[in-house]
Amino acid sequence: MSETIAAIATGLTESGIGIVRISGDDSYNIISKIFKSKSGKNIDLSESHKVHYGFIYNVSRETSDEGKNDILDEVLVINMKSPRSYTGEDTIEIDCHGGVLMMKKIFENVLAAGARPAEPGEFTKRAFINGRIDLSQAEAVIDIINAKNTRALKASVTQLKGSVSEKIKNYRNTILEDTAYIEAALDDPEHISLDGFSDKLYSDVDIVSSGIKKLLDSSENGKLIKEGINTVILGKPNAGKSSLMNVLIGEEKAIVTDIAGTTRDTLEASINLSGLTLNIIDTAGIRNTDDKVEKIGIERALSAAKNADFIIYVVDSSVPMDESDKKIIEFINTHDKKSLILLNKSDLEQKTDVKKITDMINDGSAKILQISAKMSIGIDELEKTIEEMFYSGEINYNDEIFLTSERQKTALANAYSAVNQVKESINAGMSEDFFTIDLMRAYEELGFIIGEEVKEDLVNEIFSKFCMGK
Amino acid sequence: METKNTEKKHITEYCDVVVVGAGHAGCEAALACARLGFNTVVFTVSVDSIALMPCNPNIGGSSKGHLVCELDALGGEMGKCIDKTFIQSKMLNKSKGPAVHSLRAQADKQNYISEMRRVLENTENLRIKQAEVTELITEDRGNSKIIRGVKTSSGAVYFAKKVILCTGVYLKARCIYGEVSEYTGPNGLRAANQLTQSLIENGITVRRFKTGTPARVDGRTIDYSEMEEQKGDDFIRPFSFTNEPQDIEREQVSCWLTYTNENTHKIIRDNIDRSPLFSGEIVGTGPRYCPSIEDKVVKFPDKERHQIFVEPEGYYTNEMYLSGMSSSLPEDVQLDMIRTMPGFSHAEIVRHAYAIEYDCIDATELNNTLEFKNIEGLYSAGQINGSSGYEEAAVQGLMAGINASLSLKGKEGLVIDRSEGYIGVLIDDLVTKETSEPYRMMTSRAEYRLLLRQDNADLRLTEKGHDVGLIDDDRYNKLIVKKDLIEKEIKRLEETIAGCNDLINDFLKKYGSAELKEGAGQSYSELIKRPELNYELLKEIDSERPELPWRVREQVNIEIKYKGYIERQKQQVEHFKKLERKKISPDIVYEDLKGLRIEAVQKLSKIRPENIGQAGRISGVSPADISVLLVYLEQMKKK
Repeated sequence: MSETIAAIATGLTESGIGIVRISGDDSYNIISKIFKSKSGKNIDLSESHKVHYGFIYNVSRETSDEGKNDILDEVLVINMKSPRSYTGEDTIEIDCHGGVLMMKKIFENVLAAGARPAEPGEFTKRAFINGRIDLSQAEAVIDIINAKNTRALKASVTQLKGSVSEKIKNYRNTILEDTAYIEAALDDPEHISLDGFSDKLYSDVDIVSSGIKKLLDSSENGKLIKEGINTVILGKPNAGKSSLMNVLIGEEKAIVTDIAGTTRDTLEASINLSGLTLNIIDTAGIRNTDDKVEKIGIERALSAAKNADFIIYVVDSSVPMDESDKKIIEFINTHDKKSLILLNKSDLEQKTDVKKITDMINDGSAKILQISAKMSIGIDELEKTIEEMFYSGEINYNDEIFLTSERQKTALANAYSAVNQVKESINAGMSEDFFTIDLMRAYEELGFIIGEEVKEDLVNEIFSKFCMGK
Repeated sequence: METKNTEKKHITEYCDVVVVGAGHAGCEAALACARLGFNTVVFTVSVDSIALMPCNPNIGGSSKGHLVCELDALGGEMGKCIDKTFIQSKMLNKSKGPAVHSLRAQADKQNYISEMRRVLENTENLRIKQAEVTELITEDRGNSKIIRGVKTSSGAVYFAKKVILCTGVYLKARCIYGEVSEYTGPNGLRAANQLTQSLIENGITVRRFKTGTPARVDGRTIDYSEMEEQKGDDFIRPFSFTNEPQDIEREQVSCWLTYTNENTHKIIRDNIDRSPLFSGEIVGTGPRYCPSIEDKVVKFPDKERHQIFVEPEGYYTNEMYLSGMSSSLPEDVQLDMIRTMPGFSHAEIVRHAYAIEYDCIDATELNNTLEFKNIEGLYSAGQINGSSGYEEAAVQGLMAGINASLSLKGKEGLVIDRSEGYIGVLIDDLVTKETSEPYRMMTSRAEYRLLLRQDNADLRLTEKGHDVGLIDDDRYNKLIVKKDLIEKEIKRLEETIAGCNDLINDFLKKYGSAELKEGAGQSYSELIKRPELNYELLKEIDSERPELPWRVREQVNIEIKYKGYIERQKQQVEHFKKLERKKISPDIVYEDLKGLRIEAVQKLSKIRPENIGQAGRISGVSPADISVLLVYLEQMKKK
């Protein structure tokens, strides 16, 4: 029996219609838990390839807006019996109303009803394995899997908040140390005693368990990861990057001065443009400098820009172009980044050759806008332009980010249940060798979240921490 | 085929199997082949060192006890031999769960050797030869080779269809202590200095590992009153499923516990520059789990003392083994440091401690039948494969012997997987993971250890032993009866309901267990699951209970009590088996697979895993690489 997987099949954008797809032996069972007629009755899905009209009910979590079993959305469900589907397995497609929030809610309900988030490229992989895709396409399948994996990996590395991965690492360390102690003692009972260790373990596990619970709660509010379009603001020193950021986020997060080179590190903030989340990273200005601290800032700026989905290039139009501008343009071109050029300081006399700059970037296709960040001129148009670029598909959003975050949530929930199982085992008076089974399960699940595997960790920990043997 | 030598006459013989070495691996390999009907010759550099225990005087211990029970369940000899010759027996981790109970027995070394030698000498089809094997005879066959036999140092030639290398620590062995270094095997025995070259010439990768042994002290010079006595168990459990506790009852000897102290550590620190380990004289990689006393003192400076167990080497001698004190410091330093310990102020050393370096192979060049991937018919088992320990060696010897025999019969090899036994974990680790130090078994290496217990080794493996032909029908039939009794008794207990009555509630009260309420009956198996109760206790209220053997009663209790955990592990095993069943063709060319990362291509090409599960356990192979592999496997299947 194959596990049942689910994913949002359409892009996570503000489109008219969104599709959530479920595939696997349990698909029918899962849909029947959340999909009913308006009066709450089950819908007959016995005939394949039919379109059914009905409603998705909230079974997952209660919010202030939706209670348990409230209607979430009016949808069409298409059921496809194995093997007559894309993956060759029992498949359900839910056509719901588009809108990022609604798709996510429906997806969460599908997971709550028993599916797990699909791995990168997993639908295609299953289609292939079940003989639904031609052999000649094998390489294309691998490319899809690899591309999605790369994006998922990037998503898990770049999107997980630093504080979250720090916490998870700490929990893993605690778990590994305690497990290694138990295992060392079991291996060498005459040298290492477990007397009283259960108490220490209980208190350790308790801390980890409540920590994971907090992360889980905050993941419900999307605080675990930074979903959205990674937007990096690049420009020469004093071009007005920080002023722009401040205008966009509406608060003085970046320090604005007249001294060139004030922003020496990167600053981050999220803004919301009608349902669209932008993670904006303000960076140090790019110029040749001997100042060590500033140099580090510039390096960080460029590395942030490398991971960006979108670059806003702020040009100080009151001064002529120079080497630093060329450096930025070259960067955008070599990394093939979607970008938007802002001619800042439109309130001052223009000294930059606009045509020259546009010609040089993205073969002349880059959009260009005149603004004055300081005077808040042209900001509305800027926001509108970004929205348009996104909805027209010009800016690509890493769709693995959302899925990755769902996978991370699932792993977090599994880790939570594993550490609670440890607590139960301790309470039930089981002996220590039973604890380590669930401890290592928690360790493994937490590892998924930060992209680390288990392999030889435990044995290495035992040997490095304990003095074993004859 | 017979070659004529005009200058000299040499012995030329033909046999089915040659086993090189008669240590713990060699003995099991030779016995398995001979018992399965094959004309077997086993070589040893000294007949007096057959089944020698050159280091610790015990068999078993944590996870090693599991190996011995599994070996016995498959029809090996070690368990029977130690049951006959032990002088103290102890179950480690008795207060823990049944999965980590580990049996360990102190051996009378001389009796152990004699007993094993007696068995070998009296096994049909088996001949012992004292000679040093110096050369493999192979024949090229395409890109690979096929084994034809071996040559000895005297020039004798033994043609054989299968050869099993069980050279232990003897290949280019070098013993080192302080400034002294001697090219000998353990206990001053002759090293095998020539075979390595032949291995290299046949394309086998040779590595150098290191291990060590502590000093032996004259028992008459030790004051036991200053130490803690360590007695054996009252109930002695046999290693072998063929023995009953009453069969092996005997008077036991004690071990003793003492400690190092600041003075000991000071002497070590003051002389650390004279240790070949620290001076760089020793190049071999030593095990982390069996550090020398100088290693411990340097690496764990905060520890004020280290435990030293003082263990008798047998009835026949006064020599006492100092467990925990392996060392390669010079003799004079050894004596000084030993004399700092309580009970040892007048101690005399009989044999000093030493480190030993030896050549071994890279076991990732083996299939999981322990046959070389590139040399058909050549097998390798024991310490030469980079493992350490008598028990680890013995089980590999048995498996190599079984697989060589099965191959001679034209049958498919026997591979025990990680969900079936510690033997499977051990061999899979050796042939899959590139270990950089001598490998020792540990219970934490077994993912499914709740299922892989000592107590159920026969239920797991004896059927396989019977299929192979090492377990006779009588023993197999007994197993079937046992299985049946266990199943029936569990069923009976699930169906027997304890009602709310005085008999039951008085019983529950007596053991501090919650009493049953009116109308809330519970099955007996539910009651057994309660932490404060067990199967034996329930006898008081179980009038229908049949008389059952102790091993059956034990299984019933464990199976019921830990059912939840056991079921969960069984689910994990199912998932594991799915991946193990996806076989990878041996002809696959990884370089041609687009989408694999370079590191994965290199590792997969080197190790050539037999299935997807094994591929996933190779370090440097990511889940994405596994996806790519799966897609290609499908593609090939359809072609």
